[in-house]
Amino acid sequence: MADLRQIAFYGKGGIGKSTTSQNTLAALADLGQKILIVGCDPKADSTRLILHAKAQDTILSLAADAGSVEDLELEDVMKVGYKGIRCVESGGPEPGVGCAGRGVITSINFLEEEGAYDDMDYVSYDVLGDVVCGGFAMPIRENKAQEIYIVMSGEMMAMYAANNISKGILKYANSGGVRLGGLVCNERQTDKELELAESLAGKLNTKLIHFVPRDNIVQHAELRRMTVLEYAPESKQADEYRNLATKIHANAGNGTIPTPITMDELEDLLMEHGIMKRVDESIVGKTAAELAAAAAAA
Amino acid sequence: MSLTTEQVKARNQELIKEVLEVYPEKTAKRRAKHLNVFEEGKTDCNVKSNIKSIPGVMTIRGCAYAGSKGVVWGPIKDMIHISHGPVGCGQYSWAARRNYYIGTTGVDTFVTMQFTSDFQEKDIVFGGDKKLEKIMDEIQDLFPLNKGITVQSECPIGLIGDDIEAVSKKKSKEFGGKTIVPVRCEGFRGVSQSLGHHIANDTVRDWVFDKSDDKHPEFEGTPYDVAIIGDYNIGGDAWASRILLEEMGLRVIAQWSGDGSIAELENTPKAKLNVLHCYRSMNYISRHMEEKYGIPWVEYNFFGPSKIEASLREIAGHFDDKIKEGAERVIAKYKPLMQAVIDKYKPRLEGKTVMLFVGGLRPRHVIGAYEDLGMQVVGTGYEFGHNDDYQRTTHYVKDGTLIYDDVTGYEFEKFVEKIQPDLVGSGIKEKYVFQKMGVPFRQMHSWDYSGPYHGYDGFAIFARDMDMAINNPIWGLTKTPWKM
Repeated sequence: MADLRQIAFYGKGGIGKSTTSQNTLAALADLGQKILIVGCDPKADSTRLILHAKAQDTILSLAADAGSVEDLELEDVMKVGYKGIRCVESGGPEPGVGCAGRGVITSINFLEEEGAYDDMDYVSYDVLGDVVCGGFAMPIRENKAQEIYIVMSGEMMAMYAANNISKGILKYANSGGVRLGGLVCNERQTDKELELAESLAGKLNTKLIHFVPRDNIVQHAELRRMTVLEYAPESKQADEYRNLATKIHANAGNGTIPTPITMDELEDLLMEHGIMKRVDESIVGKTAAELAAAAAAA
Repeated sequence: MSLTTEQVKARNQELIKEVLEVYPEKTAKRRAKHLNVFEEGKTDCNVKSNIKSIPGVMTIRGCAYAGSKGVVWGPIKDMIHISHGPVGCGQYSWAARRNYYIGTTGVDTFVTMQFTSDFQEKDIVFGGDKKLEKIMDEIQDLFPLNKGITVQSECPIGLIGDDIEAVSKKKSKEFGGKTIVPVRCEGFRGVSQSLGHHIANDTVRDWVFDKSDDKHPEFEGTPYDVAIIGDYNIGGDAWASRILLEEMGLRVIAQWSGDGSIAELENTPKAKLNVLHCYRSMNYISRHMEEKYGIPWVEYNFFGPSKIEASLREIAGHFDDKIKEGAERVIAKYKPLMQAVIDKYKPRLEGKTVMLFVGGLRPRHVIGAYEDLGMQVVGTGYEFGHNDDYQRTTHYVKDGTLIYDDVTGYEFEKFVEKIQPDLVGSGIKEKYVFQKMGVPFRQMHSWDYSGPYHGYDGFAIFARDMDMAINNPIWGLTKTPWKM
């Protein structure tokens, strides 16, 4: 058995993590890799394109029905989709109750104990939004993902989230050996997006591993609950994901320890590229009336 | 053999210095503020209190859940108290305080039973609200004579954000306005069980007093209605107290909370006077009743005949001559009985020294009872006392008494080893440490499964128990044979 590679996709909510990861993993499957996807988002939408399903039954909902997670078998929770890709969803509580972070921990422990990782080439974790608590940091802790890929765009908040996730990685980099694999920019067509993404990657001591251009074919495929790789394998966009998959495949062991930056540095970066204007400190906290009065006096 | 007061003070100061020496500098600096030698005439013991214990030391303290479930709410006998969270907190606090009560357990009274939501992994992940509702439904089915429910939150509840208030309101409505009290006493809150007392007091205010219109219009008041506040009826303490108040002509309309019921809590705002024994755990609700209902409160001490006498007179001072005469009659009646107790035990206990380390009120309240037997308390301290407790302590302790707040296991051992008192009074965790050191010991939380110690009846038992501990022939047999 080849060495198991464990990777994880993180990024701001709504950035296209699940779409990007499923397309990329489909391309890796095309390369003959045996893959397990572990969805770590209570929404349970990390595997729908692979399974052509709305949402798969999650480990935690099945465990709640059965009584406890010990009552489950691996077959109950694992589905097989496109090119033999195995899929599990951790699931979690409805919004506003319970502890979703603990759910992630429970699910991953269950999968390891049940031998879900045996005979796999890749395990990929798809994790919601930010690293909000210890539970969502589970995939970056000891003996889990070796490399983290952060999906981001040229939007301020996506970059902010990428920086925050880097802090999470840094925290566990020395104790567990997790590394930042690189940034994946999912194009939003903001100003100077590529330039900005490369610049941020530099600051974080990583690289922009791939810039995925925006293409409506992704949406067309999604409506059919398919990856682009399956829906339109000849398309240009399919090639982009193949390209990204090849780069990730070749990136084993090349991860780095990130160097997260401060909020000020992040703003400086935006100003450098002319995205943001320097704030005139004299107007901060002044109402329109006060400013008008000041202008009249001048 | 016997040291002068000045020598005692010097020795105690030296001792404090000695125990602090083993600590790292920062710890020593912090602990130094909790240790002192009492100077006569001062209005405070001059120790810091109610501060977080230092990591790495062995503290004797409990948690907020212990303060609410174990102390304030747990003894209310006709309510069911749910330990909401994983099973351990409920299991280990199960009937631990010997709060005696009258009633048929499992039918109309539930103190020695244990109810828990027994959290599993899925309850943490998905939240425990639904399970809590189900438990309340089951309680209603299985124990139809329950008069109310409280929800005692364990730590995880505060982390996962279970909406226990919403569940309580919903079920109260479903159960025809039954009193259901959500208590946010998660163990990680505060520095000791003390915050749990406060939180529990506040829930009585918010969910019992403020929620219910007069639930007992049939109640007929008298000018002599009093409520006993802060007596948990350990080994029957509240009963031994109650009979004295009744004998002097008062009517006890409520016991908080030993052998107490929800109806008694609800009726307490109709009392003419609240008599407060454990100031620490129930001063909050006493002050509230004073502000809101204009009910005065008075602290009293029913340990040992001297303090009982003074307390009976003080309580009677709030009433008319009938009660004042009643108090004198009670005092006179028991005087010969108490004298007989003192005559029997004082010769055996005279001059013996005691070191205490207990909770709520006992580090000061029991001093008088020891003194009635000719004994002397040479060191004392509180697990979770506040500044006002240490101020009150000055009325009891003698010049040169060693004071130790939130004492650490190490400090307590060292102090006892050096001072060599004739008796140590503390809890179960301390008992065997000191007995193995060859020092007689009595548990002063549980009365070592004896009691009552309150009231005149209690004093006779107290005296016998102290004699039994100190003059036990076993202490003469503990010398190491090969060192003789």
